[in-house]
Amino acid sequence: MDATLTRTGIWFAILLLCLAALANAVDAVFSVHMLIVSIAAFIGLIATVWNTEFDSVSRDVLRIPADTSRYDDDPIRWGVIATVFWGIAGFLAGLFIALQLVWPELNFEPYLNFGRVRPLHTSAVIFAFGGNALIATSFYVVQRTCRARLAFPGLARFVFWGYQLFIVLAATGYLLGVTAGREYAEPEWYVDLWLTIVWVAYLVVFVGTILKRKEPHIYVANWFYLAFILTIAMLHIVNNLAVPVSFLGVKSYSAFSGVQDALTQWWYGHNAVGFFLTAGFLAMMYYFVPKQAERPVYSYRLSIIHFWSLIFLYIWAGPHHLHYTALPDWAQTLGMVFSIMLWMPSWGGMINGLMTLNGAWDKIRTDPIIRMMVMALAFYGMSTFEGPMLSIKSVNSLSHYTDWTIGHVHSGALGWNGMITFACVYFLVPRLWKRERLYSLRMVNWHFWLATVGIVFYAASMWVAGITQGLMWREYGIDGYLVNSFADTVAALHPMYMLRAFGGVLYLAGAVIMVVNVWLTIAGKLRTEAPMSDARYDEEADRPAVAVPAE
Amino acid sequence: MKATDMTENNEPKSAPPLSEVPPDVAATVKGHARLERNVTLLGAAALVTVAIGGIVEIAPLFWIDNTIEEVEGMRPYTPLEQAGRDIYVREGCYTCHSQMIRPFRDEVERYGHYSLAAESMYDHPFQWGSKRTGPDLARVGGRYSDEWHVQHLQDPQSVVPQSIMPQYSFLSETTLDVPDARAMLSTLRTVGVPYTDTDLELAEQDLVAQADPDVPAGDLEERYPGAQVRDFDGNPDRLTEMDALIAYLQMLGTLVDVNSAAAQEDLATETGR
Repeated sequence: MDATLTRTGIWFAILLLCLAALANAVDAVFSVHMLIVSIAAFIGLIATVWNTEFDSVSRDVLRIPADTSRYDDDPIRWGVIATVFWGIAGFLAGLFIALQLVWPELNFEPYLNFGRVRPLHTSAVIFAFGGNALIATSFYVVQRTCRARLAFPGLARFVFWGYQLFIVLAATGYLLGVTAGREYAEPEWYVDLWLTIVWVAYLVVFVGTILKRKEPHIYVANWFYLAFILTIAMLHIVNNLAVPVSFLGVKSYSAFSGVQDALTQWWYGHNAVGFFLTAGFLAMMYYFVPKQAERPVYSYRLSIIHFWSLIFLYIWAGPHHLHYTALPDWAQTLGMVFSIMLWMPSWGGMINGLMTLNGAWDKIRTDPIIRMMVMALAFYGMSTFEGPMLSIKSVNSLSHYTDWTIGHVHSGALGWNGMITFACVYFLVPRLWKRERLYSLRMVNWHFWLATVGIVFYAASMWVAGITQGLMWREYGIDGYLVNSFADTVAALHPMYMLRAFGGVLYLAGAVIMVVNVWLTIAGKLRTEAPMSDARYDEEADRPAVAVPAE
Repeated sequence: MKATDMTENNEPKSAPPLSEVPPDVAATVKGHARLERNVTLLGAAALVTVAIGGIVEIAPLFWIDNTIEEVEGMRPYTPLEQAGRDIYVREGCYTCHSQMIRPFRDEVERYGHYSLAAESMYDHPFQWGSKRTGPDLARVGGRYSDEWHVQHLQDPQSVVPQSIMPQYSFLSETTLDVPDARAMLSTLRTVGVPYTDTDLELAEQDLVAQADPDVPAGDLEERYPGAQVRDFDGNPDRLTEMDALIAYLQMLGTLVDVNSAAAQEDLATETGR
């Protein structure tokens, strides 16, 4: 009862605080955001009050399930649903801006102009889709590999809902024109502060669970999750250092300027890739690939070497985003050298993942989930080769500022992050909802092929677009003048942008099939379908050859 | 090493033998087992490992002198330019336009002299960008007329038929709303932009005066050398977001006279470049 009173009091205080901020806001967007937070606090308040009346409801909403002999999987179930939901939202936003680049008439000023929707797309796929996948799988993996239930179950639920609030604030902010103007770190100061609180809670739940583990060793997946959580905290805090103009307004100014600001931002930006999209997803790989293949991780020593070298080297690679800029040469060169070295630990991860399939390679034919995992690792290997190549200054002089970079990012994001996440979702859904199997494995196969073909269209069109663009910009005629105006290069890319959008349609179609499959699996339906591995038995043919006398 | 193994120049005759003891892999693995059993150690080791790169690369930029060469002409943005810059950031212009010209022949001929570090020293945040769906804007100031900018922002395809830029006609219809110009400048001063007390005091007045011919500009042009004072959006009755954005665009790259002979000589003698 006391706890309920305290909780009610806290929710009420937050509600009042937000309403006060709402009333005194100096700009409209800040008041909209305070309204959203107030609504969230109000829902929290209602849920808490509701609690005291109906104990059974409370168990569902806030408390720990009574059966302590099972793992605490509620936040993971919500996380899987959130992953699928935000995935579709992010892919849709991506398709929309891809189409805007083909048909600029699709810009609806001011809220749906490219410049505002593009951060919405990147944040939705990286932080909403990827972030929910990471939080959900990390809670799943850490419990299983520690043989312990989540520490601080209430806090774990706060992490989930707090993170969703962060997503909603960030996303609505972008459309309303709230941005810090730093790629992949666009949310403004108050949203950054909120994320910091949520992230510390996440660290506490994760480390708390490891501390109460019943296994002597900390499994390798957890090293990667831990490095990911710690490093993202460091990057997020340093890169978002800023001074707000008013504590009742959205606007802030970065603590750094010019060169220093640029390197801080790309130190963050590159390692958002390195730790959010690589270390965290490698953690998923290290648990789910061996599980699905039913084979142990290929090499324990390789995992040690590639873990430490990966996290050490990644941090240095940021300056390759700033080649030939006003950043001092020594920093650019250092960034390039470390980016090239980074190739090896990256491939260490790929090799360890792929070789885990030793002795189970036949499953690529029979198990579409394994097929997705293998394709994810293949794309991981490909984009971690392409990355070091693009970081070489002479290559970068051609590729930088062009769509080649966009293609590179997407072969990593769609191929590696997307595919491995889909595979994990397909692995988790039947287990979390206690279903015999997925609704349909053949639909997984469809998803696999649609996604793969979609990525091929995407990457290939962006390679052509990027190289075309780079070459046209620097093309000189025999008269010694530049041949192309900038507008010429824009017009030349039109067909490539169409092909890219088509690739996006295929990828989105695959994801829609996943939604149907996951939905029906949760609903408890099973599709009657021919099994994927079908060793046919023909009774007629199953007989010895009998000599027929000649007539 | 014995004396007989040395040449008369006191150098070894042969290379020392490779270690006969193979590296003790088992011991390394055993050492790592300690980390694997202690999450505090593991976390601390990981944090130290990831902190090194950033410290070595970023920290020196704050104290190595030649990171930002001193050039003449750089000054903080006027309140109107800064308000325009905030609109530039708000609309996500950096998602398609860079503000960083690289030192290549084609870029220098297309956009102008390559960008200097000093030219973004008052940029909070920097807007160098990473993608050129549209052209670089680092030196767009003065290249087109105000009327061209108004027309282009309202309907880009009417000026450049191949353009895929969104329309920004709402800027002409939106009154510029800076909640507190003085607070804007004083916040920037907090993060290191050298605005004077006078600049702060006159911030509200400067904001309006730069774009409104009816309001006396006072010593605006002395405090902000090179500031352009005129109505930018072709509508002198109203101070709109279009005024602010065009005021910002028209000053981009105009402050430092990189093409003067003296400037070229200074740059040539700069260290580190």
